[in-house]
Order: sequence, then C-alpha cells, then structure tokens
Amino acid sequence: MEPSPHTATSNPPVAATNTNLTERDLVRRSASTVPPPARQLEPVAKLIDVSKCIGCKACQSACIEWNDTHPAIETNTGVYDNPHDLTPDMFTLMRFTEWDNPQTGNLEWLIRKDGCMHCEDPGCLKACPAPGAIVQYSNGIVDFVHENCIGCGYCIKGCPFNIPRISKVDHTAYKCTLCSDRVAVGQGPACAKACPTHAITFGTKDDMKKLADSRIEDLKSRGYDNAGLYDPPGVGGTHVMYVLHHNDQPEIYANLPKDPKVSPVVNAWKGMAKYLGFAALGLAAAAGVLHSALVSPNRVTREDEEKAEDLVKEKT
Amino acid sequence: MNMELSRRGFLKAAGVGVAGTTMGAFGFADLEAAQAAAIRPFKLTNTMETRNTCPYCSVACGIIMYSKGDLRKGETAEIVHIEGDADHPTNRGTLCPKGAALKDFVKAETRLKYPMVRKPGSDKFERVSWDQALDRIARLMKDDRDANFIASNAAGVPVNRWTTVGFLAASATTNETAWLTYKVVRSTGIVAFDNQARV
Amino acid sequence: MTNSWTDIRNTDLVVIMGGNAAEAHPCGFKWVTEAKANRGAKLIVVDPRYTRSASVSDFYAPIRQGTDIAFLLGVINYCIQNDKVQWEYVKAFTNAAYVVKEGFAYNDGLFTGYDENKRDYDRSTWEYEIGPDGFAVVDDTLQNPRCVWNLLKAHVATYTPEMVERICGTPKDKFLKVAQMISECSSPTKTMTSMYALGWTQHSKGSQNIRSMAMLQLILGNIGVRGGGMNALRGHSNIQGLTDIGLMSNLIPGYLNIPVERETDFATYMSSRAFKPLRPNQTSYWQNYKKFFVSFQKVMWGDAATAQNEFAYQYLPKLDVPAYDVLRTFEMMHQGKVNGYFCQGFNPLLAFPNRQKITESLSRLKWLVTMDPLDTETSRFWENHGEYNNVNPSSIQTEVIQLPSTCFAEDEGALVNSGRWLQWHWAGGSPPGEAKHDTWIMAQIYRRLRALYEKEGGAFPDPILNLTWNYQDLEEPSPEELAKELNGYAVEALTDPADPAKVVLEKGKQLVNFSVMRDDGTTACACWIYSGCFNEAGNNMARRDNTDPDDTGAYPNWSFSWPLNRRILYNRASADLQGNPWDPTRKLIAWDGTKWSGYDVPDIAPTAKPDEVGPFIMNQEGVSRLFARGLMREGPFPVHYEPFEAPIANVIAPKIRGNPVARIFQSDVAQFATSEEFPYAATSYRLTEHFHYWTKHNRVNAMLQPEFFVEISEQLAAEKGIAHGSWVRVWSKRGEVKAKAVVTKRIKPLICDGKSVHVVGIPLHWGFTGQARKGWGPNSLTPFVGDANIETPEYKAFLVNIEPTTAPVSV
Repeated sequence: MEPSPHTATSNPPVAATNTNLTERDLVRRSASTVPPPARQLEPVAKLIDVSKCIGCKACQSACIEWNDTHPAIETNTGVYDNPHDLTPDMFTLMRFTEWDNPQTGNLEWLIRKDGCMHCEDPGCLKACPAPGAIVQYSNGIVDFVHENCIGCGYCIKGCPFNIPRISKVDHTAYKCTLCSDRVAVGQGPACAKACPTHAITFGTKDDMKKLADSRIEDLKSRGYDNAGLYDPPGVGGTHVMYVLHHNDQPEIYANLPKDPKVSPVVNAWKGMAKYLGFAALGLAAAAGVLHSALVSPNRVTREDEEKAEDLVKEKT
Repeated sequence: MNMELSRRGFLKAAGVGVAGTTMGAFGFADLEAAQAAAIRPFKLTNTMETRNTCPYCSVACGIIMYSKGDLRKGETAEIVHIEGDADHPTNRGTLCPKGAALKDFVKAETRLKYPMVRKPGSDKFERVSWDQALDRIARLMKDDRDANFIASNAAGVPVNRWTTVGFLAASATTNETAWLTYKVVRSTGIVAFDNQARV
Repeated sequence: MTNSWTDIRNTDLVVIMGGNAAEAHPCGFKWVTEAKANRGAKLIVVDPRYTRSASVSDFYAPIRQGTDIAFLLGVINYCIQNDKVQWEYVKAFTNAAYVVKEGFAYNDGLFTGYDENKRDYDRSTWEYEIGPDGFAVVDDTLQNPRCVWNLLKAHVATYTPEMVERICGTPKDKFLKVAQMISECSSPTKTMTSMYALGWTQHSKGSQNIRSMAMLQLILGNIGVRGGGMNALRGHSNIQGLTDIGLMSNLIPGYLNIPVERETDFATYMSSRAFKPLRPNQTSYWQNYKKFFVSFQKVMWGDAATAQNEFAYQYLPKLDVPAYDVLRTFEMMHQGKVNGYFCQGFNPLLAFPNRQKITESLSRLKWLVTMDPLDTETSRFWENHGEYNNVNPSSIQTEVIQLPSTCFAEDEGALVNSGRWLQWHWAGGSPPGEAKHDTWIMAQIYRRLRALYEKEGGAFPDPILNLTWNYQDLEEPSPEELAKELNGYAVEALTDPADPAKVVLEKGKQLVNFSVMRDDGTTACACWIYSGCFNEAGNNMARRDNTDPDDTGAYPNWSFSWPLNRRILYNRASADLQGNPWDPTRKLIAWDGTKWSGYDVPDIAPTAKPDEVGPFIMNQEGVSRLFARGLMREGPFPVHYEPFEAPIANVIAPKIRGNPVARIFQSDVAQFATSEEFPYAATSYRLTEHFHYWTKHNRVNAMLQPEFFVEISEQLAAEKGIAHGSWVRVWSKRGEVKAKAVVTKRIKPLICDGKSVHVVGIPLHWGFTGQARKGWGPNSLTPFVGDANIETPEYKAFLVNIEPTTAPVSV
C-alpha cells in the first residue's frame, strides 16, 4: 500500500553534479535553426491533478523562493487570487473559481494552478522574432533566454494560454522554466516538490499519463463521469497536463481554453522567419503581420515596441 | 551528526514510483558538456545542509536548510535556501506555502537584532546592551517578588505564591527551552504561568 | 493525536469537523489524499464554511458554529437507533455496562446538583454504584436501567435528525447522509478518523465538543486502531511539547498537578492520588504517580529535596484558584493586580479576546518583557498606529523591554509534533545582530536573579537558590543537557528490589524509561512521559531511520514517540478479547498466548491477558468512559449549549445562556451581546497562506494573502449593499474592525429554529507590524469567556454587525 508516486524521491545535490540539459539537447530555437539534437531525451511532464489541489499556494511560494523573484504585495480585491495575475515575478498562480454544479446542485471550488504549459508546439517560440530568445529541449521544456530577449511581447501574442509577462525592470519576458536548472540535475520542479497533497507530480510524460489514468479512474468511481486528462492536441500536447474532474468543460476552470491552438498567423510567421531569416525581415514587418492579425491579449506598449526596435537595430 | 543520515532505508521503503524511474530516464550528459545557456547554474552547489523542523504547525515537516558557511566549523552561516526533506516520513519533501517560504522568515526585515527599552510614557524604543536589559529585569523581578510574595495564607499554611508577575511561554520553542523556562519560572513561585496551548 | 499523521493513510473515512486540515495542516492532510487515492477512503467535511478541505471532500454538510455537540449526539442517536454499534468493543472496552448511582438525573439541560449562584455542580451523584467488594457494579447484559448505556441512550434521544436540523441548520438529508456514512464504520473492519482542531476547542464548551466525538469513536470501535482515533491537530510546532512539559499554572510536567491550598502537605496531596482500580485486575497506571512526582522534585531541587522535607513539597506554590490561566491573569492585570509580565514568543495583543481589554490591561503593568525573533504588536502595544492601534503613548506608563531571540534556524533541540513524535533538529544559521537563544536568555535571567538573592536575601529564596544548575556552562545550558534531564537519570545507584546487592543502574546514568522510576528519591526525571527519549542508547529523538516494516505507517525508528516510543495510543484496543486484531489487514499488536507483540509498542503490560486486563490502562476502570463521572465540569454526558453570544435561544433549554458552568468575570457580563443588537453569527479562523501573526513579517506570505478581509454570503452582501472587494466595518459589543469584503458562495445563510442565520467569517492574520498591509485581528471583537474545563477562549462563535464603510486611516 504505497502512496502514489512522488516527485521528490531524493533531496537536491549540493556537490557539483553533471548536467543533463545542454545546447546539444535543443530541438528548437526562436527565429533561428538548430542542428538536429545529438540524442532524444525522454519527454517529461508535470501533472497537475486539480481534484487533489487544495489551493494552498505552496507552488507559488516554492516558485518564488527557488527562482528568487520578488512579487509585489498587493491588496485584497475580494478574491483569494494573489497576485491578481501572473507577473514577471510570479510564474505560477492559483486561480479560484466558485462553481455551482448544475447537475448536482452542489458548490464546487475549482482551483487551477496556472502557468506555462510547455507546449510541444510552442506558440511563444514560433512567434518570437529574437534569435535564441526562446528555446525548446528534446525533453519538452520551453525556456526563455533573457540575454536574447528583446521584450517585444510577441511571445504573449503567440501563447494560446496567455502566460508570458514582460518585466518593467529589464524589459524581457518571463515565465515558468519548469525549473530547468533543477531538471538539469535530476530534480523535479520546486512547485512539484513542495505540493503538500502531491496534486503536482513530475516525471516522464508516459508515466504521468499512466498516473493520470489511475486518478481518472478514481474520480469516475466517485461520480465524476467526465473526469479526464487535459493534454490539448491543438498545441501538439503539453508538458504540463491537468487532471480535471470536468474535462468536458475546461473553461469552467478560470477560462482554461477548450481547444487551444497556435494561431495560423504565428505558424505562417514562423515559416517566414525560418526561411527569410530574422535580420532580413526586420521587426517592423513582423510587427505588422502579427499585430494586425492576433487578438490575444496585447500587453506590449508602444514604448516597448520602440525599445525592441532599437535593440534589434543595435544587434543587426 | 545530521549529515550522517541514511536515506537508503526510506528509498527502499518508498519503492520506486514513477519518479524513481524518471530520474534515470532524464539522461545525463558527460561531465565536460556545457550546460545550456538558458539554464541557471544550480544554486545549491557547494552549500551546507542542515536538518531542521518547520517551526509553524504541528505536522512538523522535515526541512533542509542550505547555508553558505558551516556553523559546526565555527563559521558564520547564512541560510540561502530552505526546502522540504524528502527523507522525512510525514512530509516527504513537501511543504505548505508557509514552510516553502521559511527563508524569508529567517531573513525578515522585522527580525529583532538588539535589546530595546521603551521608557514609561515614551513613544519610542531605545537600544540597550544585554547586560543593561538583563540586570534591569532581574532587579524588577527581585523587588516585586520581595514586596508581593505570599508565603502563607490566612490560616498560616504555606502557599509560596507570587501572583503579581506572570509569564507567558511560547509554543514554538524547543522542549529544552520549555524545560529550562519551566525550571526558572517555577522556582520563583510565579503562578500566572501559561502558554499558547491555552488558546 | 492518539495516532500519527502517517497513520491517516490507513483510514476508510475521514471526518473533518471542528477543523480545516487542508487549510491549516496541508502537509499532514496529504495522508488524507493518500488514503483517498490508495484505498478509496472518503472525506466528509462539516463546517459553517465550504473550506479548502471541503473543496476536495466527498461530502460536505454545513453547520452553524457552536452546535457541534447537537450534531454529534445526533449521530450517536442515529447509530444506536439503527444498531450501528461495534458491540463487542463497546461491551468490553467502555463503561457501557457500569451502573450509575441512584440520584443521578438529567432534566431541562442540567444534571443533578447544579448551583446557579456558584455556576457549578455538586458532582457527588455522577459516580458508579460501588459494590460490597469495593469495585464498581456492572451489568454485562446492559439490562439495568441505570447502566451507562441505557442512560446514554435516553440522553441522546432528544437529538433527532429534525432537532439537529433545527439547532445546527444542517438540512436533514445532509445530516442523515453524514450519519449513515459514519455509522458504516461500526464494522470491525472499517475505520474512521476524526481530525479536529481549534474549531472544537475554541468554544465555551470545547472540551465537550471533543468528548462527543470521542464517545462516537468508542461506539464505533475506532479508538486504538490503525486509521482511527481522535486526532487533535495541534496548532504550533511545539504546542504539544509545551503542554507535555506543563507550562501552565496548574501543571507539573507529564500531566501531574501543582498542589492546591487544601493540600497542605505531601501526604494530603498524595491521598487523593491513589488511583485504586475500580475493577479487578486493572492496571490503573496512575498508581505510579508518586514515582513521577518525586522524580520531578529531585530533578528540580536535587539534594535539597529529601524524604525528610517531603521532597521539597513546600517549594511548590499552592493554588487558591483552579488556575491562573491567561483570561484570569488579564482580568487581574485589568484590575491593576499584576505589575510585571513576560511574553516569550507570544503576541497576546492579537491573541487574546477583547483587544480593548488587553490594551488596557497591558497599560496597567509597571513593566513588560518580550522575547521574540520578530517585532510583535504586543511589544509595541503603546505605539500609535492610527486606527490600527489608537493609543496615546504618553499616557501609558509601562516600561517595555524587548529582547531579540533566535528562531528555529539558529536553534537546536526537539519539537513534539501532533502525533507525539519528539524530533530533534540542528542549528544551521547564525543569529542576526545580537539575537540570543531563549535558553541563554532564561539562564541569564535566572543567574542574575539568583545572584541578587544570594547577595541580598529576600522572600523565600530557597527554591531559587537550591534549583539544580549543574550545567557545564553555567551561563547557557546545552540542549543535550536539558534533554537528558527530561529523560531522567539515577540519583543513586539503583539496585534490584529482589536482590539489593545487584546494581541495575549506576549512579548518574540515564534511565532507560519510566518503568524504572522510584518514589524514594533515587531517580530524577523532569517529564516522565518523555523518559526513554535520551537514555544510555543516546539521543533517540535524533533517530532518522525511515524504514516502515510492512508499510503500516508506524516508522518505529524515526525519532521518538512518547510514551515509550509508542505510535498509536490504546493500541491494545485494536485486538479483540482473544487478542486477535479486529481487522487482520490492519494488525497493530496481537496476543500469542503468552505475550503481546506486533508493529507497535504494546499499550499494555506485555503479559497482560487479553480477557482480563482492559486496554485503557490510565483509567481506574481499565475501560474507556462513555460516562465521564465527575471529571468534566458540565456533566458526565455532553449537552448542547449555545455560545454565550448566539443568534437563537437554546432550543433544548431556553433559559440557559451559554455554558452554565463556564467562568464569567463580572466586568465582562455587560459586554455580552444579544442577537437583537448584533444579528450576525461570526467566527474566526486561519488561512493556509499565513501562520498566525508571524508570516505577515515574511514578504512571500504577505504577498500571497496581503490584506485583512472578512467573508460573507452573496445574500448578506445583497441585503447590506456590500460590494465585492469593498470596505466594510464589522463591530461587536467590544470593538470594531475594518476589512475588505470577500463575497462568496462558500458561505450560505442557515435556517436555525426557523430563523435565517448569516455567518460572517473573520480570518486572523493581520496587525500593525510586518510586511503585509495593516489590519486587525478578530480578537478586537471576541468575547472574554473560556471553556468551562480549560478556559480556552470562545473565538469561534460570537455576534457582530456589518455595514459598508471607507478605508481606514493610518498614521
């Protein structure tokens, strides 16, 4: 009778240790190409079982401490969500929804940990015009490289989940790294290790799917007929997945998209960038294409765009 | 002592769950291979580990404090990170939002650093030395005890009570602190003695 | 906890009532989610609010705060009516068959012997009939109308599902669903665990709330078994240790008592502590009381405690009142009868009820000493913070000395968790500035006070001058030295009683455990229940072997669990009268024909025959008590009493206000409100993002829940014109607070006795120091009255009013 799998089977190393995420493990690099990876890492995934989540925010706390961020102390606006949105200093956020289940007449408090989904087909990376600002490893982690980021905000537009946020301090985009520095030494992400109820687990994607199956079976036995795994095919599947008690209605979980897709415009842009090269196209042109077509939240100010243009000009 | 801790037993007992197989499956590069540019250097490398217990609720989760500097060698030690102890049977490495942020309790801006005195009627604290503070406390206690100690009741029966000074004890101190506190307080005859368990 | 956190994984049904484990004990709650995921366990939550625990429950039922006894007696009634009783357990292991004295009765909410003027009972009829053999009379057939079972059956008959709905506001169908789910655990192979906390203790009848559930668990046969038990989820990391070590006015470590005035000498003191068994062959372990007491006196006063001077019995104070608990002490302070006060790691300005009274009381002290790692509100009670602490410093003549202490990270020693594990920890960081260990501070205070007595003489200096202080560093005793005192040692060489020539333990050696303690002054021990924690085998609290044979959840070699490294209390009760486990899949210990053995240290003499010696060895009966005799002040059975401030009158006894025996100070009576003046039923609680008033000093937790708020239903918000996230003023007869309004579906109006009752929820983590936004605690509003047995304040049920307002003004 051993409890379900744990993310933390061992404590972090303190002695210098080998790394398992190298430049050779990149499969994608924004606005540029990478040589075929030397090897294929086992795809990883974080599984967030919403039915086990108690909304304690340990994931947020562990994320701040591990990543040394400093989210601002805000106010209470009548809800438990704090901060009120993802920020450049808060890569993950518990979103609370009070939902009256029309079938049972019972109240359900749906609490979803929001954050980067690490899409297999990452819209942010495809939309990114800055060479090497966003990378993807063969294990599925999508990571931002701040030295290469120009702060243009297209990653936000390209993201079907509205995740990245631009810092007002260094004008680069931030989001969950899946704790790539921890994964590189064989540890799971800080949030998964902290999660008191093991609502967040981390392992190979195959194993996480198996774990999800057992959870879904348990939920169905408790009357959640529509329990299921959220691993949306529109973005090629994700390396952060949810077990939802009501997988037929993901939108009730604080607007989790029902069928997220990378915008066709982003895909087209990605094609152009790939063949024409970033320098040849220029940011202004890119802006024209993307700006007119995308309706996803636009947090990029005019100033940011000008700043970005300047940066690009300097680089080119 | 705390460094000589076996985690083998637990790992054996815990069996190899999904994550057990996962870690091996991640793949490790050669020692020479450079870590990818995007990835932050692992921040716990070359830190000291010390086992402790979360001081908040009574689940008493095991934690590991990572420090720069080693107290056991007489060095100044600065805690740089705190994380759950995966070897601990109760929390198995997990921590709640309070435990996960323990480092910021240790390093809170409002941690007290020096003894202070606020004089009657004053609107501020003033710094004093430990000797000044402790001598003052001993004197205040002595004077009050000598003036108000009740050695016997109306019937002439010894009661040896001191009711004009009270002591409220903590609930997050160690047993050892609690016992020493008990000894000292009880020896004086203080009866207005209570602790957080009351509330 | 009778059981441990890790044992919760063995349960079939978790009932969270009187607590909110997911919110307040998230990492312990993991064992609930594990039980659910791995053995299909179910979770029931009964609470006025739909809590974080409720969010992952299988069934939630609302209840009005302060009515838990009615609910639980209703469940007991349901079990009796539907024959859902673990009969073999009840007959053998409880006092169901014991016959109660003639003259005992219950009418109109009161038992025999009530004196309204004294607010107390003459409890002489609340006893068993004693037979000519000197033992209690029992009727194993349960036919005698005066046997406990029949009295109980009659007592709970009032609490029908309809009555439960009327009092508690729990819809009848929801109550019945809960009762039905719980009653299934009367099967010997199904177990339920009760997880409770301050939601049961912080009432004027808190002890009886807990007793009600304990009785239910006994009827279901769930005490002493894996996955069962009464699991008090203690609040602070070492609140269990502080309780065990007895840092209370009336306690000696290990649950011994400080004498009262009428116990004028040691012989008199011991005369009421013989603990003679009430049935043949029973253990009645408290018969060893004298050994524990004398060993305590020896550890305190060493050579100054001799048989000739009653082991320094007169060094102990003698109490003239039951206890100088904090409510009494602050009442005395308010009357100007206290001159000096120490607060070690405690923040009474925000922790004790009726803040106005607390501020006035502290202002009447001549001096206040605080010891804390953090800048507490109490140490700055004299400082003006606008509306948040509206005082005039110049009018407060209290001298305040604020001492900086270390925190856990800089400290070494043991903490006792809720499951009674003594876990050792090590220091890893250097203290900031001149912060010092509490042990150093206490030693310094003692050393300087002692020096003054040595030099000047003064009032009864003997207990101070003769206090044992043989530490290596007189200025700062080490944690290991103190831990060794807690364990106990041989004062003289201990010889074998059968062979006086044979030395069984050399002088100065550590006691193996309390079984070798003596009452002649040859052993010393600070806290008998801890004995075994640091013996000649070393510091057992530092053990870190986390193997768990057969995955029982016991972890027998991890740290040390008191008493005797026992992991589940009353574990003898996990087996039947033949000594076989009730549930073979949940074996704990078993009888092999000659002795007990198994996964846990047997909670009985290893050779005690299963059909002879009862499992509840601390009780004179050898069995547990469905009928509490005179040990509870309100009565031998629980009764539903309303909170002192309640939205409706007591349905079963309309003339009784509150708990009829709770202590009330005259000055507080005028400050109790009625529902005409204050219509809304308020309750206070903790949030998972914060720990009391500490984590608001921490930037991360301050960010996660930055600002004081109150929670109200959509219906009340609509009635009062309160907008989501707007400012509200909440006031009681004792004070007011301003907070943000969280309007939520998680609180719904309840219908109680035909009246709609609105609940106002008030979390407690804000004050005027630290990083979070300034705010108030609910203690600005709460009444100054405590539980009748242990004086825990009634924070969970009181009356308020609410209206929209504007933002508060700081300075």
